[in-house]
Amino acid sequence: MNESIVVDHASKRFTMRYHRTIKQMTVAAMRRQTLSDAFLAVNDVTFKIEQGESVGLMGLNGSGKSTLLKLISGVMRPDMGRVMTRGRIAGLIATGAGFHPQLTGRENVYLNAAILGMSEYETKRKFDQIVEFADIGRFLDTPVGFYSSGMFARLGFAVAVHADSDIFLADEVLAVGDRPFKKKCMARMEEIKKSGKTLIYVSHAAASVRKMCDRVLVLEKGVLGFDGNVDEGIRYLHYDDDDAEEVGSEGMEEQEDMDEQLGADI
Amino acid sequence: MNDQLVERAVGPDAPLEEPGATGGLIDVFRRRYLLTLLVRKGVQSRYSGSVLGLLWSYIQPAVQFGLYFFVMGIILGLHRGVPNFAVHLFSAMVMVHFFTETFSGGTRSIVQNRQIVQKMALPREMFPVSTMFVSMVHTFPQVLILWAGALVTGWSPSVTEIVAGVLGTLIVMAFGLGLALVFAAGNVFFRDFQNIVATFSLFIRWSTPTIYPYSRLALSSLGGTWFLQLYLCNPISIAVLLFQRCFWAPTVGPQFNGPPNFPPHLIERGLLMFAVSLVFLAFCQRVFSKFEGKFAERL
Repeated sequence: MNESIVVDHASKRFTMRYHRTIKQMTVAAMRRQTLSDAFLAVNDVTFKIEQGESVGLMGLNGSGKSTLLKLISGVMRPDMGRVMTRGRIAGLIATGAGFHPQLTGRENVYLNAAILGMSEYETKRKFDQIVEFADIGRFLDTPVGFYSSGMFARLGFAVAVHADSDIFLADEVLAVGDRPFKKKCMARMEEIKKSGKTLIYVSHAAASVRKMCDRVLVLEKGVLGFDGNVDEGIRYLHYDDDDAEEVGSEGMEEQEDMDEQLGADI
Repeated sequence: MNDQLVERAVGPDAPLEEPGATGGLIDVFRRRYLLTLLVRKGVQSRYSGSVLGLLWSYIQPAVQFGLYFFVMGIILGLHRGVPNFAVHLFSAMVMVHFFTETFSGGTRSIVQNRQIVQKMALPREMFPVSTMFVSMVHTFPQVLILWAGALVTGWSPSVTEIVAGVLGTLIVMAFGLGLALVFAAGNVFFRDFQNIVATFSLFIRWSTPTIYPYSRLALSSLGGTWFLQLYLCNPISIAVLLFQRCFWAPTVGPQFNGPPNFPPHLIERGLLMFAVSLVFLAFCQRVFSKFEGKFAERL
């Protein structure tokens, strides 16, 4: 098999600075307060992901998931260890990055696509698909500053899910959009998964992880606490408790199942 | 497959490598398409929502020019004995304007685009470089006006003059971009840097032969001293002199081509200064890449 992502004893240290001006620093130094604290957001994490695997990345808030994704996408570099990837990386990590409120939707699509690494030809080829996915209709040629927040997010999403890539990083997947849009996103994620791309899927919704992924990584305060089977991973996190309750309540099962998948319980 | 990405190969044959590893400025020019879009965005967004739009690029320098012309030239008489002094003054102002725009815009560029810098692995030099081109676009109308003014006063350049003009522009590009890179990186850590820029720009404005002609300095008691040599070590001074050599000198006749109106061997100095500016730019690029790794977390 072909390794797609190799994370080798990677650590990322963050420094918290409590004081920013000379005056504050002097006062703090005189009072013998600490000026800064360092902590490891990602602490000696090691794993390998093969090409075509779908991996769920789980953990509580602040456990280092986003930092780990940033190390993989190359936005940040590890302080210790190393991270290697193969091929182009895309994903729902920079949705709407660089959107300028005074440019039209059309102009912003081109700009955002270029930021995500798409060529002019690639953007042109996919333009209609992107617009259809975003479903913003006649607002395409209005400045995005006038968009509703949902439309704004949908446009960003639409560009991101259409970028060609080998590795797809999905953070904040279902944080936006109405129900029909969320459904469309889930369908698109499954398409991406089936197309043989390596997928890293960050979610708190156990059911959607179960549906999308064949392996789970759990981060706990920066340390890789669990790496393996999906069900065991969810049990490890004790996220299955909620499941049991929900399955127990009869009647609106289907509805609840949907909510679960879409992460409506967050 | 011209659908392929400019940045990294797609497919299972792609090599296993560190994500986001950048080749700095070289990568910026490899991704020209993105650069073009960013420049276009910069130009469009600057005057979006204003009625006069791009006209502001003309109004502000015109007012400044009028004030300088009146106060420095007529009241203080700093340009006494300088024929066509309007062209002399304006050719210097254009260069200084280009420099300060590149420098101050570039310094703010990383912080301004923090949204992108925090989320995407791009060559971050992209932002200072695009601001340099944006300020070039904004300076261009002024060059046109200058050119028209020079034509009216009898401009007939030779090859030397054209070389001088191009050389002056190149020096400002290289030197301005270099400073912008270092200051943009510094500005991520301490926003004091964008305030230093204002002070620095003021200093540049007065330490170039803009509001006084070079001859005033060369013929003063400071002429021939170490001070004059130091003055000529300022790349922007050289660039300004080159631009005056390009636009002003041909309008007043060959007797103005040498000292005391210009330092001796101006073109050679220009070439040397351009080489120095390129070395400086390479150095600044290295400083930038050194700090780049910390941008995402410090913004």
